[in-house]
Amino acid sequence: MKVSVDEDKCCGAGSCVLAAPDVFDQRDEDGVVVLLNAEPPAELHAAVREAADVCPAAAITLRAAP
Amino acid sequence: MARGDADQKLDYPLPAPTALEPPVEWADLRGRCPVAPVTLPSGDTASLLTRYDDVRQVLSDPRFTRHLNAPDAARIAANESGGVFNGALASAMPEETHQQWRRLVSKWFTAKRMTRLRPGIEAMADRLVDAMVEHGAPADLRSMLGFPLPVWVICDMLGVPETDRDRFAYWSNTLLSLTRYTQDEIDAAQAEFRAYMADHIAATRQDPGEDLISELIATSESHGQVLPDEALLATAQGLLVAGHETTSNMIGKMVGMLLADRRRWEALLDDPSLVRTAVEEALRMDANGGFGIPRYITEDAEVGGTRVPRGTTVVCNLSAANRDERVFPDADQMDLTRSPNTHLAFGAGSHSCLGQSLARTELQAVLSVLLRRLPSLELAVAPEDLARVDGLVVGGLQELPVRW
Repeated sequence: MKVSVDEDKCCGAGSCVLAAPDVFDQRDEDGVVVLLNAEPPAELHAAVREAADVCPAAAITLRAAP
Repeated sequence: MARGDADQKLDYPLPAPTALEPPVEWADLRGRCPVAPVTLPSGDTASLLTRYDDVRQVLSDPRFTRHLNAPDAARIAANESGGVFNGALASAMPEETHQQWRRLVSKWFTAKRMTRLRPGIEAMADRLVDAMVEHGAPADLRSMLGFPLPVWVICDMLGVPETDRDRFAYWSNTLLSLTRYTQDEIDAAQAEFRAYMADHIAATRQDPGEDLISELIATSESHGQVLPDEALLATAQGLLVAGHETTSNMIGKMVGMLLADRRRWEALLDDPSLVRTAVEEALRMDANGGFGIPRYITEDAEVGGTRVPRGTTVVCNLSAANRDERVFPDADQMDLTRSPNTHLAFGAGSHSCLGQSLARTELQAVLSVLLRRLPSLELAVAPEDLARVDGLVVGGLQELPVRW
């Protein structure tokens, strides 16, 4: 799994951090998403999928790893 | 189609059979008339959206604007000004500066920051439960816990005294009036609210602290173009209202739904790790979510295969969208393990609720504390006898009588 985030779309709701705190964080200065791990291990995939699904701004994209 | 024909407009909001159940029309509207003409409390016409995909699309599409002060936009509320969505608070900020503004304020509401607040929120919930236990059963959980907890949290963040909470509640209710208050009552209350907050901002400017308003003042001095005084005042007022009104109501509705079928409460007692998904499911299941979110469009568009002409005001009913079977299997069943739960209770798109991590933290904290402290909690009235808050754009329960 490859994760990417669109900082411009991000609305800082923080739902990704609540769903998958090992993969997503927010910048202290403006709440914009920080991607901690663009290729998370398999055991985090379910949480990352949830984070992408619940993102209110649809700012998280998942692709199959090549 | 039987309902929603142009010559057979429904009056909106639609009545519901009980405080926790949805209006019977929703399923029919989602199935057969997803863009339904309705008559608002003002008498103006709007198009009601009830399907998940349509609501999500409109809230994420910037062509559907918040400019409900446009001359041909529908007025919402029954009073002359049309209420909060047509008023100055909603339009104080040009769309272009919204993202900059949002990022200034968002730093106060990050998930990490909210997680750090959680022990303090739980401690306050414990103290409020102490007072409720001392009062004895039956007690009104809304007035003894659901209302004071979020007020305390947001007052602490804004640096305003919590002891003024009854005034805040009145000012909030007038601001959020749909049919309850007259224009004169609203104008008088809002003048008081503005004066109160302007005085608070002036006093904070003289003697800044560690709170959000102090920081926004400091920021506005370096970012005057983003936060002129008028926007600072609107921000402070908006956060105070939004910070307690919706969460207060949601605490009552969440606990009410969990106790209405006590097997739900028992499932949580058996496995408290379900608190997180249970909170999300309560947000999804909330059929009494209030007016919804209006948007106004200045060009022709299409929603769910229906043409929506320019000048239309649409109303996104989040609660109806959250019961859409196309997205949520067994949508009318409360499944405390549902995951992922992509409900729209906080809206969607760039304007989705700024305080949603705070709301989630408060709801999770209050539910954890109640499960630990009052495992024998039950409703002191039949669920169908719970009464709705009427005449406001937010939905809630007037009281939540409980015993334990």
